[in-house]
Amino acid sequence: MRRVAIAGAGMTPFAEHFGLGIKELVPMAVSEMAAHVDKGLDRADIEAAWFGELTTTDGFPSGILADTCGLLDIPVTRVENACATGNDAVRNATYAVGSGVVDVALVVGADKVRESSARGTFWEWAGLTRDMAWDYPLGLVAPANFALHVARYLHESPATREHLAMVAVKNHKHAVPNTKAQLRYEITLQQALDAPIVVAPFGLYDCTPQSDGAAALLLVAEDVVDRYTDRPVWVRGVGLGLDRVMHQHKKDMTTFPPTVKASRAAYSMAGLGPEDIDVAEVHDCFTGVELISYEDLGFVEKFEAYTLIENGTTAVGGSKPVNPSGGLKAKGHPPGATGVAQCVELFEQLRGQAANQVDGARNALAHNIGGPTAVSAVTVLSSEKG
Amino acid sequence: MTAAYTRPGTRLLPDPTPESEPFWTGGANGELLVHRCRACTRWFHPPAPVCFRCRSLDVGPEPASGRGRVAAFTINRQPWIPAYPPPYVVAMIELADEPDVRLVSNVVDVAPEDVHVGLTVDVFFERWDDVWIPLFRPVGGVR
Repeated sequence: MRRVAIAGAGMTPFAEHFGLGIKELVPMAVSEMAAHVDKGLDRADIEAAWFGELTTTDGFPSGILADTCGLLDIPVTRVENACATGNDAVRNATYAVGSGVVDVALVVGADKVRESSARGTFWEWAGLTRDMAWDYPLGLVAPANFALHVARYLHESPATREHLAMVAVKNHKHAVPNTKAQLRYEITLQQALDAPIVVAPFGLYDCTPQSDGAAALLLVAEDVVDRYTDRPVWVRGVGLGLDRVMHQHKKDMTTFPPTVKASRAAYSMAGLGPEDIDVAEVHDCFTGVELISYEDLGFVEKFEAYTLIENGTTAVGGSKPVNPSGGLKAKGHPPGATGVAQCVELFEQLRGQAANQVDGARNALAHNIGGPTAVSAVTVLSSEKG
Repeated sequence: MTAAYTRPGTRLLPDPTPESEPFWTGGANGELLVHRCRACTRWFHPPAPVCFRCRSLDVGPEPASGRGRVAAFTINRQPWIPAYPPPYVVAMIELADEPDVRLVSNVVDVAPEDVHVGLTVDVFFERWDDVWIPLFRPVGGVR
């Protein structure tokens, strides 16, 4: 397979964009991406596009991308893979460029969660993606689904609600300098612990906000990368993993097997391991999910995730910073855009241009889990071609 | 807060399919009907025409004991579901017959703060029109 590079990245702010639809957010992100290609981008160079969108709120997704970005002469494919949509779109485009069929590919992710009211989101919007026959009518909405896992995790590991709160405090702090983040304010441990409970053990600050936004990447083959930039970021590894959709037969609630499978595949393709990762964007839709993911991604031994958050390892300034962008928790989470935006952040990190820069970062990892907890996508990026 | 369960004003009801109808109507006879594979004798849920373990087609509903343990739970404090007022407990119940089979349900007749992983529970049924929703409560009655 040919080597694949990211040559440009851009995104809209993640926010409650009540005045903007998918039709506006998508071309905004693509334009920002194009403006960030060091040597410029002629849109006629783009040969194919992959568009990650979880829930269609503005009509036919592929058509909207082609239409609003003026890309009517190329194939456009919509990717939908629950909350792993963004990094799976990156994966699909990577295969196309790597295979030699396409030299220049566009990857876009977008979603508008605030299309429905805050109260109705998990009933109307997310309900479209859930199993209505067995889980949902009994109250297993998305937050409750993750809460079951984290409740069992807290039961079996030394971690406590305080450790969940520490994740929230860290990611809120990280978001402050990020102009694209939705929640740019610090919180205290006590604030997090005292907040109203949503679904135990999650309080308000353990949960991602509801967000709208779009993000875009330009993927190019090694043969043509010099036309676009002298400082590419290489897509070293991609991986996708699945598990049973239904909770009825998940054997171990304290791990997400899709993450283990996806990260193994991505590490193996990259020729890198968890110890090589300098900075990571990890799927912290709920704080406890970040902790479990430290273990599933191989950053730490089973049930020892709490040590990383306790001793500052995963804060910017520590040895393995996680979610310098603020993460889903504070940057925001429009699902289709989330994984793509993680790669936007890591593109900037690996080029030394991030708002919350991790010194000397060379290898990076982006991670999504969703579905519910039935699919994960992982992307490993590097400033070195390898 | 009183621990005794009161039936909510309304519930969102499943729409039984030929496959799932035994599960949702077994309560008429006081039975928790869970699919079981006659080839490998293992239970599985939700019901399906094929055993996901051994791929046998010789499968069908059988009465389970109705006894189980709480594998994980969450106390829902927000009004996600219309006319189902919080707080309420959403739990995964691992069946005594086959701990690998876990039903998502509500644990009632117990103060939410007294629910814990490992709590032993029994099924009971709440009738709504032509479906009987399996719910669970602690063994030994109201706590």
